[in-house]
Amino acid sequence: MKKPIIKLKNISFSYEKRRILNSLNLEIYEGDKIGLIGSNGSGKTTLLHIIMGLLKPQEGTVEIFGKVRTKERDFIEVRQKIGFLFQDSDNQLFCPTVKEDIAFGPLNLGKTKEEAMQIVKETCKILGLEGFEDRVTYKLSGGEKRLVALATVIAMKPLCFLLDEPSAGLDENTNDRILSYLKSNTKTFIVVSHDKDFLTKAADKIFLLKDGQIRY
Amino acid sequence: MHLEEFSEGNSFLHRADPRVKILIFAIFSVLCAVASGIKTPTLFLLYSFILLLIARLKIKSLIARLLIANFFIAFIWFFIPLTYPGNSYVTLGSMKISHEGLRYALSITIKCNAIIIATITLLSTSSIFSIAHAMLHLRVPKKLVTIFFLFYRYITVIHEEYLKIKKAIALRGFVPKTNLNTYKTYAYIVGGMLIKSYERAEEIYKAMLCRGFKGYFPLFEHFYIRKSDIIFGVISISIFILIGVKS
Ligand SMILES: Nc1ncnc2c1ncn2[C@@H]1O[C@H](COP(=O)(O)OP(=O)(O)O)[C@@H](O)[C@H]1O
Ligand SMILES: [Mg+2]
Repeated sequence: MKKPIIKLKNISFSYEKRRILNSLNLEIYEGDKIGLIGSNGSGKTTLLHIIMGLLKPQEGTVEIFGKVRTKERDFIEVRQKIGFLFQDSDNQLFCPTVKEDIAFGPLNLGKTKEEAMQIVKETCKILGLEGFEDRVTYKLSGGEKRLVALATVIAMKPLCFLLDEPSAGLDENTNDRILSYLKSNTKTFIVVSHDKDFLTKAADKIFLLKDGQIRY
Repeated sequence: MHLEEFSEGNSFLHRADPRVKILIFAIFSVLCAVASGIKTPTLFLLYSFILLLIARLKIKSLIARLLIANFFIAFIWFFIPLTYPGNSYVTLGSMKISHEGLRYALSITIKCNAIIIATITLLSTSSIFSIAHAMLHLRVPKKLVTIFFLFYRYITVIHEEYLKIKKAIALRGFVPKTNLNTYKTYAYIVGGMLIKSYERAEEIYKAMLCRGFKGYFPLFEHFYIRKSDIIFGVISISIFILIGVKS
């Protein structure tokens, strides 16, 4: 029996008094390609933040790579091995230039400058962002920002991806680039999207988040 | 707001080692600030002008910056000449203006402009990242550098939020008047800005954590001091010494 890489058990989460997640269970195995849908405000973003340890559930256990994670320190390894694409790319890019932003993660992982630069080049090539290295991040268009944000995640070479609405508001071309990356370069991911077409192309299984629980 | 508009360029000062630039700037601003009279500050201002010639910045943005700064300096001209205790007076109606006060105000104006121009030409010609890195190289404590960087990032975020809210309000036909409704709207703008930028800053911090942020910034561009940097440093410091000796 394979062990799940992400295992959430009886997770409950509330903002103030409003309960968003209610005794939720979820298991993700290596190789799972999962699409997550759910109406606006159903708690999809909240769920992903809990997996990354950015929000702490009031009840339940988060088990990742076979270990129970509770404290901030437990999540350092999680964040190095699970790549999270934020819903709003403006929040993800904080360095002045594209290359510095992409290199930020690898440098934190202890790569040398040369190695980081090599990773910047490779990731830009994979996503068709050649020539973007020296562009200023906050002057990019929305779609370009999303691609660069994805590049910053890819640069960390994560084992598993969590993508929060990567396809929202993008044109077909940008969408196709993200889709082809997901199909050919990733093994395990959870992708949140409202785009049925995108999901059927990218994911093998689709989960629905409703009333604070996952429906299969 | 593009705080780093001057950092894009290819002049000697843009390419110079930020560590050298920070050191020269530190020495320059201390010496200039303590200088007295008119002559010495003017010499420092001349040095700043030379830097301006080397940096070849966008004239329009430069003048805009200087105008804003001098707007505040203008207040000095109202208060100091009227209140400075000096002997020689020019009488204008019931007001007595002191010559000494005028000289003093002029001295402050020259010094301020010299330092502002030096800030723009020496510090603003590097990206904020390079400056932060250079500060780390110069043994400034890591925490201080990180606070400096985040503070900078935070200002930009607040300003972005302000622009967004301003647009949203204008789109719904808001025209400022002097009535209660206008003041209430302004209060909402300020409140909304604070909350939104607080939340944004929190999200950005989360994004940094997700990418392995450990509390300080990794060095990306390592600096190589070149011969020209050393020459630039030596010449600048010689000029400062000359200015000090001559006056
Ligand atoms: N910081 C917060 N404080 C209070 N309520 C919040 C906060 N963040 C999100 N919520 C609420 O929690 C619910 C779930 O939000 P979210 O996880 O972002 O939904 P989704 O991503 O599925 O659209 C929403 O109703 C939202 O209003
Ligand atoms: Mg969401």
